[in-house]
Amino acid sequence: MAPKLPPQHSLQHSSTAVAGGPSQEHHAHVAHPKGVMRWLLTTNHKEIGSLYLIFSLTMFFVGGIFALVVRAELFQPGLQLVEPEFFNQMTTMHGLIMVFAAVMPAFTGLANWMIPLQIGAPDMALPRLNNFSFWLLPIAFTLLLSTLLMPGGGPNFGWTFYAPLSTTYAPASTTFFILALHIAGISSILGAINIIATILNMRAPGMRMMDMPLFVWTWLITAFLLIAVMPVLAGVITMMLMDINFGTSFFDAAGGGDPVLFQHLFWFFGHPEVYIMILPAFGIVSAIIPTFARKPLFGYASMVYATAAIALLSFLVWAHHMFIVGLPLTAELFFMYSTMLIAVPTGVKVFNWVTTLFRGSISFEPPMLFALAFVVLFTIGGFSGLMLAIAPADFQYHDTYFVVAHFHYVLVPGAIFAIMAGVYYWLPKWTGHYPNERLAQCHFWCSIIGVNLTFFPMHFAGLAGMPRRIPDYALQFADFNLLSSIGAFFFGASQLLFVLVVVLCVRGGQKAPAKAWEGAVDLEWSVPSPAPLHTFETPPVFHRAQSHD
Amino acid sequence: MRLPWRWLLSVTSAATLSQAHASSWNMPVGVTDISRDIFGLHMTIFWVCVVIGVIVFGVMFYSLFRYRHSKGAKAAQFHEHTSVEVLWTAIPILILVGMAVPATATLKNMYDTSEADLDIMITGQQWRWRYEYLGEDVAFTSNLSTSREQIRGEAERGEHYLLDVDEPLVLPINRKVRFLMTSDDVIHSWWVPELAVKQDTIPGFINENWVQINEPGIYRGQCAELCGVNHGFMPIVVHAMEEADYEIWLAERKEAAEQEAMGVDREWALEELMARGETVYQSICSSCHQSEGQGAMPAFPALAGNEQLIDDLDWHLDRIINGVSGAAMPAFRSTLNPVEIASVVTYTRNAWGNDTGDVVQPAAVAELITQ
Repeated sequence: MAPKLPPQHSLQHSSTAVAGGPSQEHHAHVAHPKGVMRWLLTTNHKEIGSLYLIFSLTMFFVGGIFALVVRAELFQPGLQLVEPEFFNQMTTMHGLIMVFAAVMPAFTGLANWMIPLQIGAPDMALPRLNNFSFWLLPIAFTLLLSTLLMPGGGPNFGWTFYAPLSTTYAPASTTFFILALHIAGISSILGAINIIATILNMRAPGMRMMDMPLFVWTWLITAFLLIAVMPVLAGVITMMLMDINFGTSFFDAAGGGDPVLFQHLFWFFGHPEVYIMILPAFGIVSAIIPTFARKPLFGYASMVYATAAIALLSFLVWAHHMFIVGLPLTAELFFMYSTMLIAVPTGVKVFNWVTTLFRGSISFEPPMLFALAFVVLFTIGGFSGLMLAIAPADFQYHDTYFVVAHFHYVLVPGAIFAIMAGVYYWLPKWTGHYPNERLAQCHFWCSIIGVNLTFFPMHFAGLAGMPRRIPDYALQFADFNLLSSIGAFFFGASQLLFVLVVVLCVRGGQKAPAKAWEGAVDLEWSVPSPAPLHTFETPPVFHRAQSHD
Repeated sequence: MRLPWRWLLSVTSAATLSQAHASSWNMPVGVTDISRDIFGLHMTIFWVCVVIGVIVFGVMFYSLFRYRHSKGAKAAQFHEHTSVEVLWTAIPILILVGMAVPATATLKNMYDTSEADLDIMITGQQWRWRYEYLGEDVAFTSNLSTSREQIRGEAERGEHYLLDVDEPLVLPINRKVRFLMTSDDVIHSWWVPELAVKQDTIPGFINENWVQINEPGIYRGQCAELCGVNHGFMPIVVHAMEEADYEIWLAERKEAAEQEAMGVDREWALEELMARGETVYQSICSSCHQSEGQGAMPAFPALAGNEQLIDDLDWHLDRIINGVSGAAMPAFRSTLNPVEIASVVTYTRNAWGNDTGDVVQPAAVAELITQ
């Protein structure tokens, strides 16, 4: 029995592991820079984690405003507010900012804060690299956003930037877009290297791989995905750079090139990329559900294996984004079967979460509300994903609002709700205060209503025949778009509540003890709340809990 | 068990019936055997998802309600159960195999483009469609015909707002029509939901697809792949006719094409060319260079008052016949006939105050193209 137990630890080491007498004295001698320089030069995982999270939240609002421009134009038929050219820049920028500047940095921020705390490490393995990875991001995205002000406008070819629209026919600013993406990609790769080095080398003595919390496991696997596919993205944008500036013809049919090659390369990166945005979310939810069900996670080992299986399969399904580009029949069949197969490990995860709830002792604090909403709404996104996997039906779904509905269900109430669940879960550890429960509940219910009002009607608009990325539409789609636009503004406004809750929580609120949640078990709950700047300077001794039976 | 099934069926067929209406909530059943098969697959996988969803969410919400901490629920501590875990891995695999079998059959059928009665070449161009009836010498382009005033909200929007074209693709029913699909510039995607045909048109590639329409009617669709600024404004209209009507239509089009071909050899007057040229310009050129030749920088240069154009007739002809490599300007040598090229060149050289007085004859253009 004992070797298969999920991670359960005793919290006895806490008195010796954290900022005790000698270590505190030691740090008093180190001169810390003040003001801006403190943040520019910091190598502390907690400070860098906070920087990532603040950056991500800022970009979430920037990308959100772009989405609201799109939704405002689509509020009713006809061209009212923006020209089609600017509309295309908004859809493109919304996608790029949300994927690369909001969701990915948020997970990296959570990883920075929590992975060392969850494995009992004093910091990340490579602290200076950590600083560098973060500060690349503001540079990359300032550059990307500045393209909107350049002559000819910013990127206008969709976040998937298919050639030759993004090469021969692209605005002049595309070279800057490529440079920005290169810098963001370097940041991701360096971050991933750091996370892998930390997890493999710096676990507390006695903590085996199969003792690690699932957030650590899912991030370890995500980091390997990042290292595998970010270079592919770098390759494909470098080929674009050559086509645009140096007269090559990788993607130009007139010069003997192949526009479809672009899509193969892009989606070989792009499909693992969508799992990069969801696997850490699985880890967060797998921490929160057992805590508030007061019951060990069901199927810890199968959760790990399912995550690894999803990651491996993610390399074999890329062409399901290309069912209508004219692939040969055998390729269509292969990618249809491999895509359907992903439903199996994903299903295992959902079943495990639901079984964890079964016969638990469940309470509904804000992190739990978001985690439960994640399970339901992510599963709905999974269902539409299963429908999209059926290749013949995809000939009707492809490039319609049905696809838009699908990926927003897995990314907004999926990835973003999981991030918010994680923030509410760990805020007491970060700030020493509980978030205001009433405001957080209000934020939750507004978000639930907003997200469904925005994205559910998109299923119908897509099935009825509305293509994506159009600034104006035929009259039969008007009602669905009206609802989506109202929902989007409501959802956007409710996120201001989130900012309010976080700001209030940083400034004060009900004091939280070290173990802020009754059912929490992982190592981070053994250090005081708020966590001092330096934790686990002496490694804790990891005790595997005895069987509860 | 019988009642739920009946309910399921009635809901499904209600969804089917609602397809007749324009404001549908579901995928259209369509008018081909393939589109019906696809609709069947769509509804099957939909109901599979609904059933799984009801079971999973049922257990979940039962647990959330039944095992509330506030009601004093005591948590059990079990955390694994091998046989249950094997079961919920195996059952989804069986369901997926059950879905894969009919999907594979439909897909094979969709890929069988052999033994077609009729071949149509479909070419995507920014932002219109060109249709060529291969072997029949009939070809034309099909443009959005919804007015700018409607789009800007200055005129009442018609029933087929954004889904109307000047010349629809005309097809016979009950015949297997093969589509050969390509593009002159960026990737487009030709999609008509009722025909369940959606296929990317890609420069340098020729994709194949096919359709056999069962019912006469007018079917509307749109470009589905982002193709630039006017992506939302390149609709598709297919007019499916009884075979006899189609033959009459085709004969008329052939005769018109022959008339036009004969016009190449005769001398054209300036006024004739200007009139013809304006039609061609507004249909082909104005989507980029704008209706008054004012252009849209930086991508699309102005033609009105363009000094290089005014000074150099040969340069002007070369741009139109051979296009501009590495830019958005396509070569029109094979998509426009000599009369159209001659008239549009004459028109642009004399309209909007360009006033060069040049008259380009179709015969001269024909000679340039054959060189």
